[in-house]
Amino acid sequence: MGEALRRTLPVIVVVFGLLVVWYGAAIVADLPAAQAAAPGTAPAALVGAALALERPLVPAPHQVAAALVGGIFQPITSPHSLVYHAAVTASSAIVGFAIAFVLGIALAIGIVNVRIFDRSIMPWIIASQTVPALAVAPMVVVVLGNAGLTGLLPKALIAAWLSFFPIVTSMVAGLRSPERLQLDLLRTYCAGSWDVFARLRWPASMAFLFPGMKIAATLAVVGAIVAELPTGAQAGLGARLLGASYYGQTLQLWAALAMASLLAVAAVAAADLARAVLVQARGGRL
Amino acid sequence: MAPVAVVANGLSLTFGSGAEATQALEGVDLTILRGEFVSLIGPSGCGKTTLLRAIADLERPTGGTLLVNGMTPELARRQRAYGYVFQAPALYPWRNVERNVMLPLEIMGVPRAERRELSQRNLQLVGLAEVARRFPWQLSGGMQQRVSIARALSFSPSLLLMDEPFGALDEITRDGLNLHLHELWRSTGMTIVFVTHSIPEAVYLSTRIVVMSPQPGRIVEVIDCDLESPRPLEIRETAAFAAIGSQVRRALHSGTSHG
Repeated sequence: MGEALRRTLPVIVVVFGLLVVWYGAAIVADLPAAQAAAPGTAPAALVGAALALERPLVPAPHQVAAALVGGIFQPITSPHSLVYHAAVTASSAIVGFAIAFVLGIALAIGIVNVRIFDRSIMPWIIASQTVPALAVAPMVVVVLGNAGLTGLLPKALIAAWLSFFPIVTSMVAGLRSPERLQLDLLRTYCAGSWDVFARLRWPASMAFLFPGMKIAATLAVVGAIVAELPTGAQAGLGARLLGASYYGQTLQLWAALAMASLLAVAAVAAADLARAVLVQARGGRL
Repeated sequence: MAPVAVVANGLSLTFGSGAEATQALEGVDLTILRGEFVSLIGPSGCGKTTLLRAIADLERPTGGTLLVNGMTPELARRQRAYGYVFQAPALYPWRNVERNVMLPLEIMGVPRAERRELSQRNLQLVGLAEVARRFPWQLSGGMQQRVSIARALSFSPSLLLMDEPFGALDEITRDGLNLHLHELWRSTGMTIVFVTHSIPEAVYLSTRIVVMSPQPGRIVEVIDCDLESPRPLEIRETAAFAAIGSQVRRALHSGTSHG
């Protein structure tokens, strides 16, 4: 009991502190609007009114929670269902992550094995990440649209764009991680390059891959949302964010944001689960 | 076929070139017969590890000739003529003990059933059959090094090359492993080349001791070590043991005094 309390107490204190700051900010930001709506209200009632506005400048935590819960428990067919929008975003994030995963690992293998690749491709990979995805997204959509590709794939490609970088870099580091000694050992067995890859470089890279995968998973979610913003998407958390901000529906906006972070948490949890499975298979360590 | 395992003639090996060049070996002549236990001893930089690595085709000599089992070191390596035990166990942490021992067998294409049997037998040989399912990090340093010996023995090489395998271990563990290694050598009849910087270890294990000195790395003296066999650890308290030990010590001193 004491141990559990000692672990959770810091978390509770931080959450409590954040809530206090948040409520403070909401009151300060929304008080003028509440006053304008009902001039001459007593100060105590005014605070209550400020925290219950329909379109607050800064919504209070309980309002966001209510909007989130309300959005989640809509029928899934409703355009207000956050589960529906999250599922749309998640599907392009998952496909995007899968593309990034395969492409990232393939590129890393190329970079580690072919010297020319290292020199020629790595600068482009880095350059690709300096281009803002938001600027690239409409171009990708238009170009792919002309080629007859619409729907999920353009969004997935933008998610993959952001997501492949941490996979490439962590895999390159991982595939290069074996020490001289471990390579010499294989040389004494006269092992071919396939054996060096499959029995040493690949398994050694796993400890490096998973931290990169965690970052990649969250970036896939971000990429999927970003891809929905400029493409005029009708569904998805990005579309929901854009619509809510266009119409000044702050509660809807914050609820969609909260849903997006829940989605990112789920993505990280999935990466952690994959890691746990491998750790289990390796007897308790990666 | 002549019972010769390793022959070096005027062997030299230089690292780097120009002003940066280091003469790691110079004019090394050495013949190691099959079934011998030969120790290479000397201070750091005397080229003992380099000589072992050259035999293993992990370094290329720059002069002289070197033959392993009557062929070039490269050909010998391709025929998997030797097992190599490094200073560190170099076990793969993601493989359990049994699968670490099977690693060379997998690479050499040994069928699964036979792999398992060979791994089991060689773990028994180093007294570790009961930890086959454990992972390296669950074992002590001494046990890990025994696993690496089992791994080197798994494909029954005729030659075992060992580079200060017990250097990082405590005295008591080391004694136990020395006893074990001597028994292993006696029972298998394999040829062992063993790098060490411990005089008692060299005298206890060897049939011949090659004393080397640095700058440039060369052989100062080759000392016969004809103690009885089997050798209990107590043999280290006998006069014969002490006599060989002081002979090695004198050779080491003469090697460094004009170096």
